[in-house]
Amino acid sequence: MSEKQKHATAYWKENLRYLVILLVIWFAVSYGAGILFKDALDAFKIGGFPLGFWFAQQGSIYVFVILIFVYVRLMNKLDKKYGFNE
Amino acid sequence: MTVQTWTYIIVGITFALYIGIAIWSRAGTTKEFYIAGGGVSPLANGMATAADWMSAASFISMAGLISFMGYDGAVYLMGWTGGYVLLALLLAPYLRKFGKFTVPDFIGDRYYSKTARTVAVICALIVSFTYVAGQMRGVGVVFSRFLEVNINTGVIIGMVIVLFYAVLGGMKGITYTQVAQYCVLIFAFMVPAIFISIQMTGNVIPQLGMGGTLSDGSGTYLLDKLNGLSTELGFAEYTSGTKSMADVFAITLALMVGTAGLPHVIVRFFTVKKVKDARKSAGLALLFIAILYTTAPAIAVFARTNLIQTVSNKEYVNMPEWFSKWEETGLLKYDDKNEDGVIQYVADASKNELIIDNDIMVLANPEIANLPNWVIALLAAGALAAALSTAAGLLLVISSSVSHDLIKKMINPNISEKGELWAARISATVAVCIAGYFGINPPGFVAAVVALAFGLAAASFFPAIIMGIFYKKMNKEGAISGMIVGMLLMLFYMLKFKFGIFDGGKEIVATLKEDWWFGISPEGFGTIAMLVNFAVALIVNKFTKEPPQYVQDIVEHIRIPSGAGEATDH
Repeated sequence: MSEKQKHATAYWKENLRYLVILLVIWFAVSYGAGILFKDALDAFKIGGFPLGFWFAQQGSIYVFVILIFVYVRLMNKLDKKYGFNE
Repeated sequence: MTVQTWTYIIVGITFALYIGIAIWSRAGTTKEFYIAGGGVSPLANGMATAADWMSAASFISMAGLISFMGYDGAVYLMGWTGGYVLLALLLAPYLRKFGKFTVPDFIGDRYYSKTARTVAVICALIVSFTYVAGQMRGVGVVFSRFLEVNINTGVIIGMVIVLFYAVLGGMKGITYTQVAQYCVLIFAFMVPAIFISIQMTGNVIPQLGMGGTLSDGSGTYLLDKLNGLSTELGFAEYTSGTKSMADVFAITLALMVGTAGLPHVIVRFFTVKKVKDARKSAGLALLFIAILYTTAPAIAVFARTNLIQTVSNKEYVNMPEWFSKWEETGLLKYDDKNEDGVIQYVADASKNELIIDNDIMVLANPEIANLPNWVIALLAAGALAAALSTAAGLLLVISSSVSHDLIKKMINPNISEKGELWAARISATVAVCIAGYFGINPPGFVAAVVALAFGLAAASFFPAIIMGIFYKKMNKEGAISGMIVGMLLMLFYMLKFKFGIFDGGKEIVATLKEDWWFGISPEGFGTIAMLVNFAVALIVNKFTKEPPQYVQDIVEHIRIPSGAGEATDH
């Protein structure tokens, strides 16, 4: 296996690890907090919002935006690490 | 000045702006026509994607829909934003690296098969046409309401404008007009929301006002107040909703996956220069979308509270001026069943006297809240921007499917660059005319069909693209059978449970609810169809030949962001 291919394989592995972590969070805030555990979370309140309702209609969307920007940062670093940046 | 004058001025200025941009950025090559030359900055692409994505439905109907659904409205809020996470992480960077013009391009090359390409072209055309018909109708409604022209005249004016800049400018013209349209629509959406938030809660930021206390000095939280009003009238508690958890889950997932599989959204990521830019512009697009999508639920709460307080148990003769104005449009209907002259607005259908159309919640909001005339006019310009930008994006997908995927890749591969450009322009023109026809003679099923578009995208494109990137050994037999089975299953479920064609027509659709598979509505069924697509593809793949080495090399190649042509030379 050439040096380049080794780099490519390692790069892909790390990329997949990031994807799994980020998608777990993606799932947890929307399907977890906003749907599956919504009723339990509604027992807590932030301001006038029941917490589960807040996640479903506000919080999950904020987290989505943050997730993509975190991904952009992580990947830019990863590109540099393996010399795939342009 | 009257609302009418203001509307003519503001809409006139925005239209002049769009046409000016179209002339400045007209396309000279097919590359410019299909993907804007591939040199759009992430910021511009983010705004254009946001405008492309947010349709007349997002702008006009969504907040109203949520205000009647309460918590259940979350399926749209999460469904239509969460898909961008999937897009950014799983699709956009790799499709950009692949570097072709259309989604069928990817499917056709990755699955080394003309059949796969044909299936993809058919899916793309069905999805885009169903979607665009609704947009043209939206344009007509806005024109007729605010400029008091006939709906059909409105559709035709809309057609001429879209035709002008989509046909002349292609993707390049569309992208830069969409940047302008995003600015118009977000400004138009936010101004009334901020005004109303200040009026009701004293908070400048609607997202916070929604969870704040009422400004009447009572110290009651707005949401508690609305929950109280709702239950008093027999509706479900606003923050609880009525759908089953399984259905909310399925619909949300179907919309998310559908979003990530829609060709007119995916194609936007072909227009940026580098893989890095594709990731970044997905993030920016979602940020721009989130501004509207987190404000909409706030508007829903404000509007519903306002409406109940204004009309419930009040005398009909004392209704404000906007009430009769919206009655004329048919969006508001009052039927004094017990003839007491008082408006009973309650959950019980046999006693309820007021029927309110979803769309009114956003369109009439400024009037209900007594905002100045120019705000109302601004709203008209914003709604038009939303409808036109989405229509243009879809028309481009249709025209490139025909001129590039059908004519260039299948019928006449020797067509010249100039000839292909003309073919693209002609097919865009034909597509506008067909869309306009549906706008003037709307099929009764537009709303149902838009849900179908998401279901189809989820059931066909999404699994094929994901496996194309993440599963090197997926072969053409697997992908094609997965797409076909997924799509047919989705169509079958929709026809059975949405149109009732196997059981005696539309009238009995409501009674079929008991038979829903796993208790999942047709809107959420895309989730099941997608899973079936994956399963069929994996099983068929197991028993058929693995893809040729050069295809596996393509997959290796697109997984790495840098240097076209580098990864294949080993």
